[in-house]
Amino acid sequence: MSIYLNKDSKVIVQGITGGMGAKHTALMLDSGAQIVGGVNARKAGTTVTHKDHEGNDVTLPVFGTVEEAMKETGADVSVLFVPPAFTKAAAIEAIDAEMPLIVVITEGVPVQDTAEVWSYLQGKATRMIGPNCPGIITPGESLAGITPHTITGKGPVGLVSKSGTLTYQMMYELKDFGFSTAIGIGGDPIVGTTHIDALEAFEKDDETKVIVMIGEIGGDAEERAAAYIKENISKPVVGYVAGFTAPEGKTMGHAGAIVSGSAGTAQAKKEALEAAGVKVGKTPSETAALAREILQSL
Amino acid sequence: MDLMEYQAKKLFAKHGVAVTEGVVVETAEEARKAAEEMGFCVVKAQVKAGGRGKAGGVKLAKTADEAFEHASNILGMEIKGLKVNRVLIAPATPPVEEYYFSFLLDRSNRQYLCIASVEGGVEIEEVAKTNPDAVKKIGIDPGTGVDEAKAREIATECGFPEPVFEQAVSMIQSLYTVFTEEDATLVEVNPLARLEGDKLEALDGKVSLDENASEVRHEDHEQFVIRDEEDPLEAKAKDKGLNYVKLDGQVGIIGNGAGLVMSTLDVVAYAGEAHGGVKPANFLDIGGGANAQVMADGLDVILNDEQVKSVFVNVFGGITACDEVAKGIVGALDILGNEATKPLVVRLDGNNVDLGRQILSEANHPLVTIVDTMDGGADKAAELANA
Repeated sequence: MSIYLNKDSKVIVQGITGGMGAKHTALMLDSGAQIVGGVNARKAGTTVTHKDHEGNDVTLPVFGTVEEAMKETGADVSVLFVPPAFTKAAAIEAIDAEMPLIVVITEGVPVQDTAEVWSYLQGKATRMIGPNCPGIITPGESLAGITPHTITGKGPVGLVSKSGTLTYQMMYELKDFGFSTAIGIGGDPIVGTTHIDALEAFEKDDETKVIVMIGEIGGDAEERAAAYIKENISKPVVGYVAGFTAPEGKTMGHAGAIVSGSAGTAQAKKEALEAAGVKVGKTPSETAALAREILQSL
Repeated sequence: MDLMEYQAKKLFAKHGVAVTEGVVVETAEEARKAAEEMGFCVVKAQVKAGGRGKAGGVKLAKTADEAFEHASNILGMEIKGLKVNRVLIAPATPPVEEYYFSFLLDRSNRQYLCIASVEGGVEIEEVAKTNPDAVKKIGIDPGTGVDEAKAREIATECGFPEPVFEQAVSMIQSLYTVFTEEDATLVEVNPLARLEGDKLEALDGKVSLDENASEVRHEDHEQFVIRDEEDPLEAKAKDKGLNYVKLDGQVGIIGNGAGLVMSTLDVVAYAGEAHGGVKPANFLDIGGGANAQVMADGLDVILNDEQVKSVFVNVFGGITACDEVAKGIVGALDILGNEATKPLVVRLDGNNVDLGRQILSEANHPLVTIVDTMDGGADKAAELANA
């Protein structure tokens, strides 16, 4: 089991012919994911060729629209490597095509575009992950995004994180246990899938025994997640929050990582999580050690 | 990007919000000249901080000489640590009543929010504490936005009095246009004033712009960047396309990925507790690239920070393999040559880590110390900064 993504997932890439799209299509194929095609209106009817994880050539069709790609390939996941100016239109196209899962990797999307997409998504069939995220990996089964698939394999840890590199770092620290699914939800002020969504899914996933949740300064997603954990999560949760030393009013890399006045501080998030019974590590390695302790006692 | 009052007012005027822009000056003499034409006026410090009035940065002037005197006092003063380089001279228009109005991005509910009150302008925070019901919060669906009907609904909910009601409906729409057309995350009018003759006007304004949107579709927002208001190191980093924030410590930090870099700052601050209280000197995310030129640019900025005593390079090789990062570091030290003078602690982990460490070992650069873990690296860098 896993959440949102598994070995049967059929993935297309919007922006498959661009630099990032081509590079990561190759890496996703190398991970063993079923990449079945791509979309670029201007290159419809052409193909792209990459190697699969056994080194064989795979030729993928490029379609003019998401709708056509779904009809021809049965795709149920789309990964977006589309420049920020065009991300809103690409996401809306996928939502209109009733794509079950879209994963928006693009960094730098105007937040009002994301707000409009989120509004448009209400009542529709699509789940959105991102934007500005590394995507989602179910090790050994599938990858929709840019998370390195070589770090670790399948296992009992479910991971949800705002940060890409901290996701990789945590997977690396716990590589001897492995992961059910690791999902990077993104560092923008508005994202499609939240910590709470992922926590809910991990709670229901039989394979996931321990949940690691990584947050950072800005907004109140971690505080809300803490309240949710207290009421709804029976599995052990270990947490980490980055940004204790961040000054007020400065954006720390991620567009959403900003302390505004006294709101959004790492300290407040840590306290909220601890009050909900979550063990919170002071550093990534201490967090991994806390998870390790729980994993060893299972 | 936060705008100054005079910049916010410029955007208000552009989109039809009733406002008096006034004149921005950088010397007391210019202030006198502006006041001569204006008569009774207000001299307002232009800094990106609240509480300017309480800090003595806003003064009324009846004559040009008074304006000169106030400007002399205000220019150069510090408000919340920010030096005042400019003052705005605007006609003094004492309000009959003061209101508060804003549109902002509501992260929690993934929509927009209007916050408004007719029970007070500049004292809004006090009102929020003592009479929270007087502060209205109205959610806005980004899909449907604010049309005339919605503006009317907002004005009614807020309770704008009849003599200015229609003006309020119109101003709400104009302010929403500022919010969406300029891709703002905050548009605030405080106070929104009812002047003599029942005229509604934005007496002060605060606007924050979404930098992602400015990058994608607002080339004209470049005009709001004031070079002399920026930290020189931050300005230099921006010129090189680096994601850098200057902090007040001794350990320079370079890492990849916003989350990992934030985490590195924290770990260095903890480690510093055992080493004379040294702290991180900056945030610098070099992203996935980590090639020699990017690394050299990053080091160049950090080594120009006089407070920096040591540098901690903390990279996790995900997509980018550690051998590439190691070559980047060696190449960067070559590019910098004698400019590189401070000790460098390097922690590499992840993809191809052994090869990466081997490349650094073989280069055997006298300034470089290789460490195995992030915690160990933070400790070493803090120790070197305290030496």
